Order: sequence, then C-alpha cells, then structure tokens
Amino acid sequence: MDQAMIEKITEIVVSKLNDQPEEKTSSQEGVKVWDYNSEKPNVTQVSNGSRQAEEAEGKAKISTFHTPEKQIDNKETKAPKQQPDKEVWDDLKQLTNKTPARIGVGRAGPRPKTNTWLQFRYDHAAAVDAVFGKVDESLLEDLDLFTVKTKVTDKESYIRRPDYGRRLSDEAKKEIEGRCRHAPQVQIIVSDGLSSKAIDENLEDVYLSLQQSLKSLGLDVGTPFFIEKGRVAIMDDVGEMLKPEVIVLLVGERPGLVSAESMSAYLCYKPRLDTIESDRMVVSNIHRGGIPPVEAGAYLGSVIEKILDYEASGVELVKKEG
Amino acid sequence: MKLSTTHLGHTYQFQSLKSLLAKANEEKSGDRLAGIAAESVQERIAAKEILSELTLKDIRDHPLLPPEEDEVSWVIESQVNEKIYDAIKNWSVAELREYILANETTGEDLKRISRGLNSEMIAGVAKIMSDLDLIFAANKIEVLTKCNITIGQKGTLSSRLQPNHPTDSVEGMIASLKEGLSYGIGDAVIGINPVEESVESVKRMLHATHDFIEEWKVPTQNCVLAHVTAQMKAIEQGAPADMIFQSIAGTETANRSFGIDAKILEEANELAKTQGTGTGPQRLYFETGQGSELSAEAHHDIDQMTLESRNYGFARYYDPFIVNTVVGFIGPEYLYNNKQVLRAGLEDHFMGKMHLIPMGVDICYTNHTKADQNDMEDLGVLLTTAGVNFIIATPMGDDCMLNYQSMSYHDVATLRQTFNKRPSPLFDKWLEQMGILENGMLTSRAGDPTLFTR
Repeated sequence: MDQAMIEKITEIVVSKLNDQPEEKTSSQEGVKVWDYNSEKPNVTQVSNGSRQAEEAEGKAKISTFHTPEKQIDNKETKAPKQQPDKEVWDDLKQLTNKTPARIGVGRAGPRPKTNTWLQFRYDHAAAVDAVFGKVDESLLEDLDLFTVKTKVTDKESYIRRPDYGRRLSDEAKKEIEGRCRHAPQVQIIVSDGLSSKAIDENLEDVYLSLQQSLKSLGLDVGTPFFIEKGRVAIMDDVGEMLKPEVIVLLVGERPGLVSAESMSAYLCYKPRLDTIESDRMVVSNIHRGGIPPVEAGAYLGSVIEKILDYEASGVELVKKEG
Repeated sequence: MKLSTTHLGHTYQFQSLKSLLAKANEEKSGDRLAGIAAESVQERIAAKEILSELTLKDIRDHPLLPPEEDEVSWVIESQVNEKIYDAIKNWSVAELREYILANETTGEDLKRISRGLNSEMIAGVAKIMSDLDLIFAANKIEVLTKCNITIGQKGTLSSRLQPNHPTDSVEGMIASLKEGLSYGIGDAVIGINPVEESVESVKRMLHATHDFIEEWKVPTQNCVLAHVTAQMKAIEQGAPADMIFQSIAGTETANRSFGIDAKILEEANELAKTQGTGTGPQRLYFETGQGSELSAEAHHDIDQMTLESRNYGFARYYDPFIVNTVVGFIGPEYLYNNKQVLRAGLEDHFMGKMHLIPMGVDICYTNHTKADQNDMEDLGVLLTTAGVNFIIATPMGDDCMLNYQSMSYHDVATLRQTFNKRPSPLFDKWLEQMGILENGMLTSRAGDPTLFTR
C-alpha cells in the first residue's frame, strides 16, 4: 500500500474523529489503520472517538487493503473516477469497518481488481518472509526468561521433523533441572514457534498482565523460560520434568496475511507425555488486531483458575462443567 | 500374497501389505516423516506394480488394523455388502482400476461396486491411478445429499461460505457473509470457525446466521464448527443449528485425540434429527485431511493416504450432508509443496466419491508451505473438472481468523462461469431473484455486499 493511500485513509479516519471530538481515550478500542508493508509500527492507532463499542470487542478497523473509491466503483459501466453514491459508500464503509476480512473489494468480471490482487500477493509475500525469524533477545532478558532449545537444529528440520520440536534437547533438560522450581501450580513457557514476530510484538503485554492476574489470584507460579523452535506438545515434555498442575504456553502462530504476528496461548491441566490433544485448550489470535495482548493476559488468568478448580482442561473441562 | 517383484535385475521385496501400500504412494513428506515412504522412485513404482496384481480378497484378508482393535476398522468392515464383494473379490487392483475407467462403466455401476469395497481397496486403486484417472473417474459419480436444500447435481458447483472473524464479532462475520452471498457463495453451508469454542459463542453464531438466513430467505444451511460436544450443548439450550460438524480421523486413537468416538457421533446425529433445524435426511458435516493421524501419533504405521480413505469409510456410516478434506491446512510436514497438495486433493476427492461421500475440498495452504495462490487456482480448476460437490471460499481467499489461504468468492464465481457450472438449483433460483446471478453469470449488481443492507 502506498504512502498516499495510507495518508488518505488516515485523513478519513481523522476527519470523522473531528466530527465527534468529545470522547478521546487511548483505549484498545481505537480505530486502527493497518499498514502491511512498512517496518514498525505497522498499526497506527487513532484514539477512539467515533466508534462506540458495537460488540463487547468493539475493535473497529479500517484496513488498507482496499482503496475507498474503487471498492464501490465495481460496476463495469461506471467511469473509473466517478464519485460513489454517498449512501452506498456509507453502507459499504459500515461493513468494511467491522472486519479485517478483504470485503468490499469489487471485481473485474468475476476476478478481483488488480490492486486488490497485488495487495494480496504483497501480504502473502510478507507472511512468507515472516516465517521463523529470531526473537529479540533483549526482550527475553527484560522479562527474565532464560533460553533453551528443542531437538530442532534448523528451519528445515523444524518443518520436516515435528517430533523434534516436541522434545527438549538434552542440554535444555539439564538447564531446566538446574534453574526451575519443581511442582508449581502454574508453569509459564514461551516459544517462538513459526513466528518470532508474534513474540516480539505481544509477549511483554501478555506476559506481564498474565503474571499480574495470577498474582492477584494468589496462584503459585514456577520459573518461566523461553524455548527456541518449539511445537505445542513441547509442554508435555516440560510437564513431565517439572510436574506443574497447569502449563500455559505462549507461542507464535504461523503467520497469516492479516497478521504475521499473532500469538496463541495453549493451556493444559497436568500435561504429560501421554496427554491427548483434546485436553489442550487454546486462546488464539492474540495480537493488536485480534484479542488485545493485555486483555488476553488477564483472560488467561481466569481460564487457569477455572482449570485448577475443575482439575481438567479441554474437552474434559467442558464435560465436567456439565 | 506375493510381495516381491524383479525389475531390471533388481528384486524389490516388501515386508507387509501395510508397507507396500505406503511405498506405493506418490511422494509425500508425511510418509517420509513416518519413516514408511519408498526409498527410491523405482521402489515406489515396484510397489505400485505389486499392488496392482494383488486381489481385493488379499487386501480384505490382511487388515492393516483389525476390527477387534479399532472401532474405525469395525465401522468400515460392518458396511461391506458381502454379495457384491463376493462377485468382485478375485479382481486384481489393476482390474478394479480398469473397470472404474471403462467407458461401459457408469456412475451407477460404480455406486454399486462401492458397496462391496472397503477403504483400503479404494486407497489401493487410487495409488495406481494417475491424476487424470482420478479426475475422470470421480467425475462419473454423482452424489446427492439434502439438508435444507439438495446439492451435488451434475453441472453444479456449490460452495461453503466461510465468514470467519478474528474475535468472533457477529457484525464482522455478517459483513463477510453479505459479501459472499453477493458473489453467489454459500449453498453448501454458511459455516463459521469460532475463535472461542465456548457454548455461548457457538449459540451466538448459530442465532446470528439462522436469523440472517430467515430474514433473507436464503436456501442454505448454517453450522458453527466448534467441537461436537459444544454444538450439542448449544442445541440442547435451544440454539438453531441445521447441521452438526466434527473433524474426524482414520483411526480410533486419532479420533480419541479429537475427543470423539463412534458413539458421540451417533448421538450428535440423533440430536440433530430431533432438535436441529435442518430438514434432512442428512444433517452432519465432517472435515478430514491427510496427516492428522500421524500428527496425533495415532497412525499405527499406516500411510496417510490410506488413513484418509478410512476417514471416508467411517464417515459413510453416518450419512453426512457434506464432507471436505482441508487439503493443505495441515502444513508442509505432511504435504510439502504445491505438487503434493495438488495430488492429495485429487486423491481425497476421488476416494471420497468412491465411498459415495458428498465430497468437497477446502483448497488451501499455509504460509510455511511452498505454494501460493496460483497453485490453489490450479487445483480449483482440476477439482471443478472432476465434479467436486463444493469448494470452500473466504474473502479474497484470506481467512483472517485461521491464518491460512483458501479459495476466494471471486474464484468460485470464476470457476462456475469458466466451466458452465451453476450453484445448486434452489440457491441458483434465489440468486436470480436477488438479482445477483443471471443465467449463471454475475450481474452488474453482484459483488456488492450492501445489497443486503436495509
């Protein structure tokens, strides 16, 4: 998306904000303008004013992947520069404001418009380039997380051998043994998975709010650490070693087009080597355009409390809840 | 049972039927991961040759996973029609292939012999078929099913509208739904994958889609793809669901890892019948995909293609309204690149149809797979020519919740126009009334989601 378009959309947002200047907050419910191509920051947050919370989530976004004029200008008979009917424009904007999905994009015959198609290709290219990467070490230092490795040695073996990503290396086991407290109620672990950017962007907020939430619930939290190139079932190996009651694994999701920085939190009651998938629970889509990281941390605290109450997670928990 | 052959002075010997079936597969990263793939291309072809000479009886007499040990095997075995089996049991796999392809053999003939085949035989024959064989054969078989409307007719291409939203916002989901309908998408199902699988969230999505369908009189069916138990609870609490969905796998242990078994699916089917909103007779929706058993470490050293075939044998027992393989979703660990995804898509579709399954495909890939959108369009073309019942479509092919790419609303409309296909009849008629489609072509109004703004 070119700079001019970003400015144009920002202008639209800002002018709308100026119509109703009374509520200015910096809450999570602001209007976000997403820029998929530039380096950071890739989301411009415009403080909330115009949008009331339509949903509990209420995170309206204007995405940059469609051009305002062209999206309604989809009738073949129309001249390319014709101004759209204001009513239709408003109706369409109401829809596109509700979702980051690529809607209201128009068509050329049954095919997408050229700019829509190229934007899609751009975003796919960015997602492909975002797979893997390296987590910012200063972030891990700041959060006091030490780093261990799985049996994975390189990217190719991560992909070819999922089983390696589910097991700790021998050195990792020694280090965890030496540094971690045994049998806490809650063990937090972090892994980059397929997106280091997910960790860079979300970990601090999720981690700190989760810690705070667990503290206020009076839960006993073990020694957290970072696992390089782990898969979800790495929690079983950790569980087998440290015997916590609950593990929460914060892990980078495979990059998508809307966000290459989405994080998931997997939770499991007493994960061990014989744990089955349906006993795990996941809170996915943690990123600034999905579940906001700070809220996710607090929410995870309440889920952990529930897991401890019922002594179960996943499908088992649903069954016990009755 | 002969498990060896000699080619150019080299003797190829295979340990078991299980190993032979695995090594006869086209190259798949998942089979390599499992350590069961052919060591060389020549070994692969040798395996195919030996397989082609085995009889159907050889395959049935040597179960890969005995029915006493695995309920999926039991369910498949219990459906074999003994009279039809008796008539064909001495056919070699090669003879089965040539019967399937013969011009004299009609779709109805295939439906008949299907009743005498088990899933391993169907996987076996698919292993000695080329891509075009799989397309030509599948295209003979018309499988019709009905929930609220009937789909699957020859000359139609139906679609699942997948209006997912990253935070389960109802308004956001409805916005994508409107866009999809304006391209003529959604006659197989309006199906949403929720972020949060709670009963409350399922209920909210079911009500929202049901209300929309009622308001606009859309001839289709709704479904929220949470775990079967969450959907059942939502229905028991009064939520309107036309269908119940579940992901399934080809072994009992893999199903257990999904938190399901044969019994819970029967209960779900019964609940959909007595408390669901779908007319029926079909009311279930299953998703499958090569590699899920291995991923759950529940594959019993059986190759992923044969296990996939067992999914369809298992699914058939429940008479589902729709089934689709999510062919590229599982990732490069199991299907490494575009070539492997394409082959698997054609295999799955053929094996499903040979089981008389109303087969659709989620033609898709993840961003760590070596594939791009062009590859999906190519597979879309191939599957349309193969007569696939339905395709999954998302806005511009980008699922902003599941973080993968599938086909787009535009793609389905384009495939229909290119291959002279229509949506299923009742939906087609509704689209004409709405002014979205005229003689199978998008009208000037089409593609505008504000059509549904009142």
